[in-house]
Amino acid sequence: MTTADLRSAKTGTARRTAGPRAAVPGAGRWKGAALTLTAWVAGLAFFLPVAWMVLTSLHSEPDAASNPPAFTAPLTLDNYRDFFGTSIWEGPWPPLINSATASLASTALVLLLALPAAYALTIRPVRGWRDVLFFFLSTKMLPVVAGLLPVYLFARNIGFLDHVWLLVLLYTSMNLPIAVWMLQSFLAEVPSSVIEAAQLDGARLPVVLGRVVAPIVLPGIAATALICFIFSWNELLFARVLTGIRAETAPVFLTSFITSQGLFIAQLSAASIAISLPVLAAGFAAQDKLVQGLSLGAVK
Amino acid sequence: MNTTTPRPPAPPAAPRAAAVPPKNPGRAKAWATRAPLLPALIFLVVVTQLPFAATLVISLWDWNALYPDDRAFTGFGNYEAVLRDADLRQAVLTTAVLTATVVLVSLVLGLGLALLLDRRFRGRGLVRTMTITPFLLVPVAAALLWKHVLFNPEYGLFNGLLARFGDLFGFTAPQPDWISDMPLVAVEMALIWQWTPFMMLIILAGLQSRSSELMEAARLDGAGNWQIFTHLTLPHLRRYLELGGLLGSIYIVQHFDAVYTITAGGLDTANLPYVVYQEFYQAQDYGVASAAGVLVVIGSLLIATFALRVVSSLFREEGSRS
Repeated sequence: MTTADLRSAKTGTARRTAGPRAAVPGAGRWKGAALTLTAWVAGLAFFLPVAWMVLTSLHSEPDAASNPPAFTAPLTLDNYRDFFGTSIWEGPWPPLINSATASLASTALVLLLALPAAYALTIRPVRGWRDVLFFFLSTKMLPVVAGLLPVYLFARNIGFLDHVWLLVLLYTSMNLPIAVWMLQSFLAEVPSSVIEAAQLDGARLPVVLGRVVAPIVLPGIAATALICFIFSWNELLFARVLTGIRAETAPVFLTSFITSQGLFIAQLSAASIAISLPVLAAGFAAQDKLVQGLSLGAVK
Repeated sequence: MNTTTPRPPAPPAAPRAAAVPPKNPGRAKAWATRAPLLPALIFLVVVTQLPFAATLVISLWDWNALYPDDRAFTGFGNYEAVLRDADLRQAVLTTAVLTATVVLVSLVLGLGLALLLDRRFRGRGLVRTMTITPFLLVPVAAALLWKHVLFNPEYGLFNGLLARFGDLFGFTAPQPDWISDMPLVAVEMALIWQWTPFMMLIILAGLQSRSSELMEAARLDGAGNWQIFTHLTLPHLRRYLELGGLLGSIYIVQHFDAVYTITAGGLDTANLPYVVYQEFYQAQDYGVASAAGVLVVIGSLLIATFALRVVSSLFREEGSRS
C-alpha cells in the first residue's frame, strides 16, 4: 500500500454519493450516504497507522521525529537504501534469506505431506476420517510454548541449534493442520460426478487426479501455500529462541534493529515495511481465501 | 480485490464416501487407503506431541540449568511455585485480561466493520483492503510501529495529533507517555488493531451466508432493519461470532510478539507465554518454565474444547446443507 492508494481513497470519499444506493430516494439516500461515509472513515482509521508508517519511512530522521508531525516534509528513499545496504552478505540480507528459506521450504514440505493426507480424507476417505481431521485440528490448539523447551534441549544435544532447517521442521508442524483442513475443504468441493465420469471413460486414477482434479483445486492449493508462507514468515518465538547469528530470521533481526542512541524511527519504518512486503503481497494475493484458511476451513 | 457480489456459501465439505465404495475391505486394502495419511500424522505426532509429553515430565522435576547437578523429582512443586509466586500469578491474570479484552473489543469492532462492508457502495473493495492491511503486517513490525511511531511521547503520531488538535482550538493538549502510563492498554490497542480485521473477515463471511430469501420475506412482512438485525442476523451470526472469539482466544492466549516487543514483559504486562520464555531463556529454570507451559496448555485446552465443538457443528451444518 502506498500513499498513492491513500490519495485515491480520499477521492473515493468525495464521489460516494454516486454509489449504487443513490437510486433510493429521500431519506434512504442520506442514510446510505452516511453509512458509506462511516465505512470510509472506519477503513481510513484502520489504515492510518500503516499510511503514517509509509510516510515516515520516506522522511529524513529529523522530519520523522518532529512534533507536531511534519506531514509535508520532503520525501526520500534514503532509509530504504540504508536499510538494504550495498552488499547482500550483510545487514538484512542474511536474515531475509533465512526467512525465505524457512518459509518456502516449510511450505513445500507442508504441501508434500498435506496433499496425500487431504486425498485420504476426501477422494478415498479412510474410515473415521472425521476423527482424523479433528485430531489434526486439535494439535493446532496446543500452544507452541508448551513444546519449546524439549525442542530446544533436543536440538542442543544433537547440535541442531541455530540451523534454519530446524525452523523448517517446526514451521511445517505449525502449518500442517491448517493445510490439511484447507486442502480437505477444497478437495471436497470437487464434484464427485466429475471424477466418476472420468473413471467411467477408462481414465486411471493418476490421470484423473492430474487432468481433472488438479485444475479445479489449484487455486485452493495456491491459497493454502500463501497462508502457510505468511505464518512461517511472521513467526518470532521459535526463531528467537532457537537461532543465533547464523540462522537469524527477519522478524528476529527487526527486534534487534533498534539502537538506543539517536533517531531511528524513519529507518525502523522502512525496515518494518520492507520485511512486511512479502506477507502483504501473499496476503493480498490470497485475500479471497484468507478467511477460509484462518478459520481452518470452517468458514467459506 | 473482491468487489463482486457476495459468494453463496460453498458446497458441503463432506467427502464423497459413496463415490468410491471400498470393495472388499481387506486388510491390505485398508492400509493402502491409510498410507497417504501416515506421513503427515507421524510427522505431527513426533514434532508436536512428543515435545509436549516431555514438557509434562520436566514440569515435575526441579531442574535449573544453572545448577545442573541439583536435578530432583518434586512432583507438583513447580506448579506450586508458579501459583505461589506473585509475579507468575500476575501473569496468569494478565493473560486472562489481555485475551478477554482483545477478543471482545475486536469482535465488537469487527462486527461493526463487517456490517458496514456488507453493503454495496463505491470503493468497497478498497475499504475492505485497507481494513485488512493491519492483519497483514508482520506482528513484530506492527508492535514496533505502535511502540515507536505511534506511542512515542515526544514524536509519536498520537501525541503529535493531540498537540496539533490543541493548537487548533487554543489549549495545551496533554502529552501522555502511553506505554508507561497504560502499559497493558497499549499492548491491547496494538493487538486489537491487528485482530479486528480477522474478526471482520469471519463475521463478513457469516453475513454473506445469510439466506437472502429469508431476509426478503421478513422485509415483505414489514420487519424493520433493527428487527431483522436482532431476530435474523444476530442468531445467524452467533456461530460465526463464537468461532471468531474462540479462534481469536486460541491465538491471543499464546501471543508473544507484542508483549515481547512493546513492554518486554515489564509493568505487569508479562503474559504466560512471555513468562515461559523468560523462565527458560533468562532464568534457565526448566522445571518452572515447563509448569508454566503446561498451565498455558490447560488454559488453551479449556477454550479449545469449545472451539472444536463450534467448528464441528459448523462443519456438520455445511455438510448437511446438501
